[in-house]
Amino acid sequence: MHAVDIRLTVEGVAAGYGARTLFSAVALELRAGEALVVSGPNGSGKSTFLRLLAGLQRPEAGQISYATGGVAYTPREAAPLIGWVAPDLMLYRDLTARENLRFFAAVRGLRRDDAAIDALLDRVGLGGRGDDRLATYSSGMVQRLRYAYALLHRPAVLLLDEPTVTLDERGAGVVESVIAAQRRAGIVVIATNDPRELRHGDLVLQLDA
Amino acid sequence: MSVRSEQPVAGPAVPALRTILVAAWAVFVKDLRTELRTRYALNAMVLFAACTAVMVSIGTTFIGLRRSEEALLIQASLLWVALLFAAITGLSRGFVHEEETRTLAALRLAAPPAAVYLGKFLLNLALLAVLGLITSVLFIILVRVQVGSPLAFLLMIAAGSLCLAAATTILAAIIARASFKSALFAVLAFPLLVPPLIIAIQGTAVSLDNAGLDPVRGALQFLVAYSVATFVTSLMLFRFVWEA
Repeated sequence: MHAVDIRLTVEGVAAGYGARTLFSAVALELRAGEALVVSGPNGSGKSTFLRLLAGLQRPEAGQISYATGGVAYTPREAAPLIGWVAPDLMLYRDLTARENLRFFAAVRGLRRDDAAIDALLDRVGLGGRGDDRLATYSSGMVQRLRYAYALLHRPAVLLLDEPTVTLDERGAGVVESVIAAQRRAGIVVIATNDPRELRHGDLVLQLDA
Repeated sequence: MSVRSEQPVAGPAVPALRTILVAAWAVFVKDLRTELRTRYALNAMVLFAACTAVMVSIGTTFIGLRRSEEALLIQASLLWVALLFAAITGLSRGFVHEEETRTLAALRLAAPPAAVYLGKFLLNLALLAVLGLITSVLFIILVRVQVGSPLAFLLMIAAGSLCLAAATTILAAIIARASFKSALFAVLAFPLLVPPLIIAIQGTAVSLDNAGLDPVRGALQFLVAYSVATFVTSLMLFRFVWEA
């Protein structure tokens, strides 16, 4: 039994930049408890596909929808259901990790007290570093904080673009546990070139350059 | 490290007004905190205003400007020129900084568009309040501006600043992703700001000459109405700019 009834439907989706088409006629369906791995060489459109799923970009053709409780939503409308982790995701360098998380909780209309934020920071391996500004963080620590940002609102859909990039072995362990927990709670989509991460997918979408 | 299984949230819902206001306040506090730590916009704006006041002071000393109706209009014009260009220097910062540091995506995924506009508008208003106060004091001291009605003068500066904040916030959102941001910002701001600036200059000149509110009441009403119209239109259009 899964925590939420959520379904992701992708129908005939195409994307590209200018005259160059990255992919076309992509169609798939995912339900709660399932994981999709998007694979392909550099420049094949893995990150673009995840940006489409996150509603940060519009497809050139086709439709993407999230259905929950019998109602379908566009990716933009479904933003409260989506958590996104990607190298493109930048947080505020002049704020501390705790200030970043407090801010994103507030704009999402969530109540997260210090204990909840500390627990989240502990979960991603940043316990004790919450009051440091991001400008002092290493790239691996920033990647861990991206997970805290994405998990803050307990999303039903987790989109992970190069999930273990810049992470050490312990960080990769955190990602493993996050993926396992998300599979119990909803949908997870992973864009990766790492053959070890292919095993996470119930479904593999292979994009060609 | 332990991983807790958390219950996902329910389906998305249209945010309530209170949620939007709380989110707008959070955007304002975040931007203010960042600004106080970096002082990027405020330093540039105050430096510009101070340089202008010193230049104008030297120039008017050479001319030997005597108090007359024309002299008051010149002083009011120079004050608003200083305020306008100082504002253009710093007020696009809110959105441009988000674009330059690539934090827009994180904000777009998390915050309701109306909250982002309101938060950035509040920051611009706060920056203009500080800028207006400093520039006015500098002009009064260095350019020897004598104010006939301090209350009318303050209200004219406040109403004019409200117009500047309402117009520059939406323009900053429009130009954030463009090349040649500063030039484009000035070009787009000019036609939108000319009508209220003409009224603000005339009203400020009157407030320097006369005691009392009555002579500037019409100018104040125009500026407040223009601000409200610009603010409401911007709020309605912002979603399209933000999600483009």
